[in-house]
Amino acid sequence: MHLSVALDGAGWHPAAWREPRARPADLLTAGYWTDLVTEAERGLLDFVTFEDGLSLQSSRFGEPDQRTDQVRGRLDAVLIAARVAPLTRHVGLIPTAVVTHTEPFHISKAIATLDYVSEGRAGLRVKVSRTPHEAAHFGRRTFPPLSLADRGTPAAAQELADAFDEAADYVQVVRQLWDSWEDDAEIRDGATGRFIDIGKLHYIDFSGRWFSVKGPSITPRPPQGQPVVAALAHASVPYQLVARSADIGFVTPHDSAHARQIVSEIRGAQQHAGRADEPLHVFGDLVVFLGTDAAAARRRKERLDDLAGAVYTSDALVFTGTAAELADLLLAWQQAGLAGFRLRPGAIPDDLEAITRDLVPELQRRGAFRRAYEAPDLRALLGLSRPANRYATLAEDPA
Amino acid sequence: MTKPLKQIHLAAHFPGVNNTTVWSDPRAGSHIEFSSFAHLARTAERAKFDFFFLAEGLRLREQRGRIYDLDVVGRPDTFTVLAALAAVTDHLGLAGTINSTFNEPYEVARQFATLDHLSGGRAAWNVVTSWDAFTGENFRRGGFLPQEARYERARTFLRTACELFDSWHGDEIAADKQAGVFLADPRPGRFSHHDAHFDISGQFDVPRSPQGRPVIFQAGDSDEGREFAASSADAIFSRHGTLADGQAFYADVKGRLARYGRTPDQLLILPAATFVLADTDAEAADLAHDVRLQQVSGATAIAFLEQLWNRDLSGYDPDGPLPEIDPDVGEHTIARGRASVRMHRDPLATARDWRAKAAAENLSIRELIVAVTGRQSFIGSASTVAADIDKLVQADASDGFILVPHITPGGLDEFADKVVPLLQERGVFRTEYEGSTLRANLGLEPLPGKAVPVQSGFSRAAS
Repeated sequence: MHLSVALDGAGWHPAAWREPRARPADLLTAGYWTDLVTEAERGLLDFVTFEDGLSLQSSRFGEPDQRTDQVRGRLDAVLIAARVAPLTRHVGLIPTAVVTHTEPFHISKAIATLDYVSEGRAGLRVKVSRTPHEAAHFGRRTFPPLSLADRGTPAAAQELADAFDEAADYVQVVRQLWDSWEDDAEIRDGATGRFIDIGKLHYIDFSGRWFSVKGPSITPRPPQGQPVVAALAHASVPYQLVARSADIGFVTPHDSAHARQIVSEIRGAQQHAGRADEPLHVFGDLVVFLGTDAAAARRRKERLDDLAGAVYTSDALVFTGTAAELADLLLAWQQAGLAGFRLRPGAIPDDLEAITRDLVPELQRRGAFRRAYEAPDLRALLGLSRPANRYATLAEDPA
Repeated sequence: MTKPLKQIHLAAHFPGVNNTTVWSDPRAGSHIEFSSFAHLARTAERAKFDFFFLAEGLRLREQRGRIYDLDVVGRPDTFTVLAALAAVTDHLGLAGTINSTFNEPYEVARQFATLDHLSGGRAAWNVVTSWDAFTGENFRRGGFLPQEARYERARTFLRTACELFDSWHGDEIAADKQAGVFLADPRPGRFSHHDAHFDISGQFDVPRSPQGRPVIFQAGDSDEGREFAASSADAIFSRHGTLADGQAFYADVKGRLARYGRTPDQLLILPAATFVLADTDAEAADLAHDVRLQQVSGATAIAFLEQLWNRDLSGYDPDGPLPEIDPDVGEHTIARGRASVRMHRDPLATARDWRAKAAAENLSIRELIVAVTGRQSFIGSASTVAADIDKLVQADASDGFILVPHITPGGLDEFADKVVPLLQERGVFRTEYEGSTLRANLGLEPLPGKAVPVQSGFSRAAS
């Protein structure tokens, strides 16, 4: 089983920062993030993800709030990942990047560089943005206000399809740029004075509805060849993005049957996209509140709910219970076709440590989780082979 | 009475994609692997340098329609490397060159604010600008920007980014667990900026960083660039590293500060510089010549010549005489993605000078290029180099230097081991870091909690 955690501020519960062991004054420091990722590595986790967005966190759908009782303000996720990379050795680092307002050229070289500084542990989780207020931070495009009531109207469906089509183009460009240098392009040939073999650098000449990118990248092909690409998906359109573009899809089933149904839909879309033979992992997302017994876990979540003034709900299943109970659930869902899980700790550090120090040993006892890191890079840790360079294949074709 | 000795500021420039960098040397390491960056940064910090510097180019250079392959090609992402270097250094400033044309203020501001947080106040931004459609082909915006608008864009970009940096004042986060108050202000980070370049508003999402904003560098050399620096920068990365040239530049730029209400100590002038060290001055002179030959191969000499001539000269023999045909003074097409071609302001006159020099001294193309392009700034024994650096700084030709080693990554080691102790003995270079932020180590006053906005009167003053 593959296991990862999703790091976000003080944890996923809006009152997590008020827990006794929370460090709300440290959220913008390197030490805080180093401690969390080191803890994840201590638990032999496959990777951590770093949440991000291009606006302040908000409790409202699609617009800012003015709450003062929750964590607001954050750091760029790619740079947090880079900052912790030299201080860790095995755990994968998957920052979130918003594709809608950023340049695929920039993010491609940033993730390639993260792969260099982490020696093969980089990934990228892509996210779309359709909120008017994030668009206003960039001033280059506008989107109509989002409302839950509009979901399902033809206009909203078109917006959604466009957002994810653009994301697919974005990932396509990012991936082509990663391949735009062949692995052995740098030759340092003293005899001819040539540093590179320009026959092994490739213009990508991408042209799409939203952008055109010439290439090649300014950064050589990263150590993994293709760093791991992930996306969170809750419905058919984003499932198609996962199926077309990703190595890992994060999904939010409510139960085992739902997990089976989602995996089946993604596999269908994968086949439709012509990627049936490519490995694609579907991970289940869960928010977890763990305790030494189920009642204690529940009481802790209720206490946080009281502090927050509302019962915490999530797009993902909210689990409260013991590590053993969580292990039961994960193993059952694994049977439904999930390759692994991305656990969102309700509160940090309590639930993060419960994952690394209680859940992981529990899974190890059941023979379901690694006892040591044995893979050289993140792809290998995930059972993904290093892909051939798409342009090298073309070059070898005599035609 | 003698005036007090000026303290020298030194920085390490990671060797770049120019022919200065000798990649063919057996000691030359990777330009991409993080270990190379970590080595140079740790050496610089061991030597108590002010900061580490990264250049940037957003499209691979081309010449004669092909990717230029004679120099180092390829580099990592600036922000990502600097954030990683923050993990392996404690005091060294981390300066990144970031383009104001192919980025947006909100994103760049959050990246620099993040870097400043993650490094504990060591971030610096070398604000550069470009207009070329060639680079634009890699970006959503494309090549829309007319050349004459690029400083206007850079100025506006910097002003806008500073509005974002200043949108948090530093006292918003209460993080009071008992009271349940995380934020003291329900709407922190508010900004609103509307002009011809940027029409943006909302709330910035990165709280105020240790330095308030990154230290601002500027590298342009034109009158507009100097004025931009005088109005807005904390330091200039200049090309004027010799005594007379440096003094003239220094006096000119520092003289522009008063009109922005600034004093001469609020803007540091730091020329780029190269060096060759050996046990004796004579050995260093020999070594410097060898390095020049490594830097200027026959093929590189032809390439340089083509950059002036704006013609395909691949048929010429680098060991033969200069071309008799004149440069093509039309639109520059031979070399793309290379800012230096703009330095040839009168190609016909320069070609005449080069021919005259080659004829007078009986120089081949390669020998001529070795002679007319970038001799090393400091050549000699450690004591000679230390004395030369000190002399230039005390004579107000600069406030220090940004040193570019020609070997990656070990090219600064000898300087750190031999020259720095001599500068320290002279009492002109620190033996310990003075402060915890880059601003403090550069001797710049801390910004107030709410920073003074970047001067906005530039357009009027410059016109």
